[in-house]
Amino acid sequence: MMTHTKPDAFYDTFERKGHNDKNTHYCPGCGHGTIHKLIAEAIDDLGIRDRVIFHSPVGCSVFAYYYFDTGNIQCSHGRAPAVATGVRRVHNDAVVISYQGDGDLAGIGTAEIIHAANRGENITVFFVNNAIYGMTGGQMAPTTLQGQKTLTTPLGRDSVRDGLPIGMSEVINALKTPVYIERVTLSSAKGVMKTKKAIRKGLEYQVDGRGFSFIEILSPCPVNWKMDPVASRKWLAENLEPIFPVACFRDSCTNSSAVISARAALEVSELTEAVESSPAASENAGHLPFMGDDQLISLLNGEIPLERLETIQLAEDQLVKIAGFGGQGVLSGGVLLAKCGIAESLHTTWLPSYGPEMRGGRAYASVILSNDEIGSPVVDNPNVLIAMNTPSLEAFENDVVPGGLILVNSSIVSRKVSREDVQVLYVPASNIAKEGGLTAAANVVMLAVYLHHTGKIPVERLKDIIPATVKRKEFVEENLKMIDRTLNYYDTHFRS
Amino acid sequence: MSRVLMKGNEAVVHGALTGGATHFFGYPITPASEIAQAGARYFTLSGRTFLQAESEVAAINMIYGASGAGARTMTATSGPGLSLMAEGLSYLAGAELPAVVVDVQRAGPGLGNIWPEQSDYNAVVKGGGHGNYKNIVVAPNSAQEMCDMTREAFALADSYRMTVIILSDAYIGQMMEPVDIPETVSHGVRKSWALYGDAESRGNLISSILMNPQLQSGHNEMLQQKYRDIESTVTDYETYETEDADLVLTAFGISSRISLTVVKELRKQGYRVGLLRPKTLFPFPSIAVRELAEAGKAFAVFELNYGMMADDVALAVNGISPVLRYNWLGGIVPTVKEVAGKVVEDLGRIAASKRGGAV
Repeated sequence: MMTHTKPDAFYDTFERKGHNDKNTHYCPGCGHGTIHKLIAEAIDDLGIRDRVIFHSPVGCSVFAYYYFDTGNIQCSHGRAPAVATGVRRVHNDAVVISYQGDGDLAGIGTAEIIHAANRGENITVFFVNNAIYGMTGGQMAPTTLQGQKTLTTPLGRDSVRDGLPIGMSEVINALKTPVYIERVTLSSAKGVMKTKKAIRKGLEYQVDGRGFSFIEILSPCPVNWKMDPVASRKWLAENLEPIFPVACFRDSCTNSSAVISARAALEVSELTEAVESSPAASENAGHLPFMGDDQLISLLNGEIPLERLETIQLAEDQLVKIAGFGGQGVLSGGVLLAKCGIAESLHTTWLPSYGPEMRGGRAYASVILSNDEIGSPVVDNPNVLIAMNTPSLEAFENDVVPGGLILVNSSIVSRKVSREDVQVLYVPASNIAKEGGLTAAANVVMLAVYLHHTGKIPVERLKDIIPATVKRKEFVEENLKMIDRTLNYYDTHFRS
Repeated sequence: MSRVLMKGNEAVVHGALTGGATHFFGYPITPASEIAQAGARYFTLSGRTFLQAESEVAAINMIYGASGAGARTMTATSGPGLSLMAEGLSYLAGAELPAVVVDVQRAGPGLGNIWPEQSDYNAVVKGGGHGNYKNIVVAPNSAQEMCDMTREAFALADSYRMTVIILSDAYIGQMMEPVDIPETVSHGVRKSWALYGDAESRGNLISSILMNPQLQSGHNEMLQQKYRDIESTVTDYETYETEDADLVLTAFGISSRISLTVVKELRKQGYRVGLLRPKTLFPFPSIAVRELAEAGKAFAVFELNYGMMADDVALAVNGISPVLRYNWLGGIVPTVKEVAGKVVEDLGRIAASKRGGAV
């Protein structure tokens, strides 16, 4: 039964137009007032007034917060489902209502409504479709009918130019995740009663945690349709309803025993897989327990910290450039070196080349080790260049400072360094790595030679770093062996 | 406390979580994606919320919702994403919602490229969206500051009910440095104005619409007063060797790191040059600039844009001292030598002008 008293979910007076007003700002015959009342009554019936957070859109219903005595948030045009997502992710017990018109939801806000629906946000969306932009004075909406005259379609909507009216319930129905999708109409008293039921159901499902509900309400706009309220109901029934058929598109919850949750439409296997692949599979699928402070700090500290050593003194800053093909361990080699620097309590920076163009192409890392605070992290003029391939040597040979050191991966680079004012070591790093059974460790070979040759940092530090840095634990031992193999090579070939 | 080698972008997430952030709404974009990736990992593992939005537009509006619901919430992006967030940032300002947004700047306009520029300065410092509003803007120049400034941003955002933007750049985001992870977590508290879906907060309204021009005017005056107030409380900067300097390099983010090396190199050669590094860009350290100008120092504002911060320096200097502009665009980062060369040249000109010529 329709009640004719004011629901508690409404304020006693509406301050929109003036003090102590009992009328809304809506035009005579507008559908918003009816829908507002049905929602307010449902809120009363379900006893959820304190829990409701009502999202009002941009459009005629922007002022819904003047009427609903609930929590209220006013959203930018079309974004209410995103805002509602934010609210929902913070408060699990809130009852989140998104109230949107056709320009808002079916025009500017299509991305937000589609994705909120597809995520199965546990919210209830009331989509008021009156086939026109009301607040701005009667322009074409995405749901405006073919031939319908508006301020921006003075000769009528033309499907060749404007496309055809968009059926949002049908669009939402193409998604698997929503639990309830129904289109209702205010064209008749019977339609209003069905609307009341749909509104209540949409809210009930949310309260029960079932998921995303979408209720499209065909609603009259007599002023912008330029007709009186009675005629507007008739026009609605005769013109809108044939294009936007009144129907329940989906009600996944009617067979309640079959429905577990909001994710009802997901394949069970898909859900199981998602839970199993989460790092701590729990009954609380996808959401792990809120960590206390100590646990959080420990998580953020990650790897077991190395013992901090007395700072070694470098005679000069080490400005190292490691360059080669993407995939030669250039960036990770730089990381290993930077970690050696940190272990020695040195100031350290590592700057990569980055982004899509480096994949498979040229990659380089700049590493600086210093006893002082480091300004620029960019190594323009290295005093150590590790050239893993020919293009790297070509690119950076001339940048090396006089007296600097160039390590050349002679397995790949066939030419010699042309400069005579630098020190050069030709190290067949790729071959040493390959012979050691770990092709990817050419970078470790080069670092071992650099550290051992210069004595800047004990090569032992590299050994300390590797266990905590190498991601695939089965390679840790092989990397450590690679260092010994390299040192043997060095002693055989460079110590004379 | 332990020191961990990490990218500036990862350090943001460490700062955020120890700063009490509970909700991260992300969208990938180079060179900021590591923030979303680290967010996805650490927010999720620690039982906070990470959600990948369908767009930057959605991300900033999810923040509007989560912030309205009382949470400490954030996102991270780069230039093109920031442009998409402009509307949301304006709404956040209008509704006085606290939020933290990280902008790891790349080169623009348009799609541009993924190398560092600092050309979002005007969009971020002057507003970017519509209406009379400001964001608090902080400019880290190390991985440690990416962590620390993000951590502090949440308390700052809450206390002024403003968006705090961490204005970083591709190099500061991509660079790895050792970071001391904070040892405590600073949690947010219940906010009297926010929505909790309970009886106590039922009467609250989050909104930026004031149809009555008198009310909108009053609201705007209140915001402007707030922006004036924070000039004395939030402004932060650091100086290096400015005392006897004839010329003060003025720079933020990656250009301030390069400037530091330039100053050290030139000092070794006997040049009197110093560095002023604003750590907050709004509020801008105008008084510090003005005092240096009054002490007779010239400024060389070095930035990877077309002279955006230089306008703020010039405004503070107000004509009493030369303000030179060192600008590189398109993702080109000058070498220390290039910048030092310009400084030496200009020091010569300044000396000549003091003898009676013009700069």
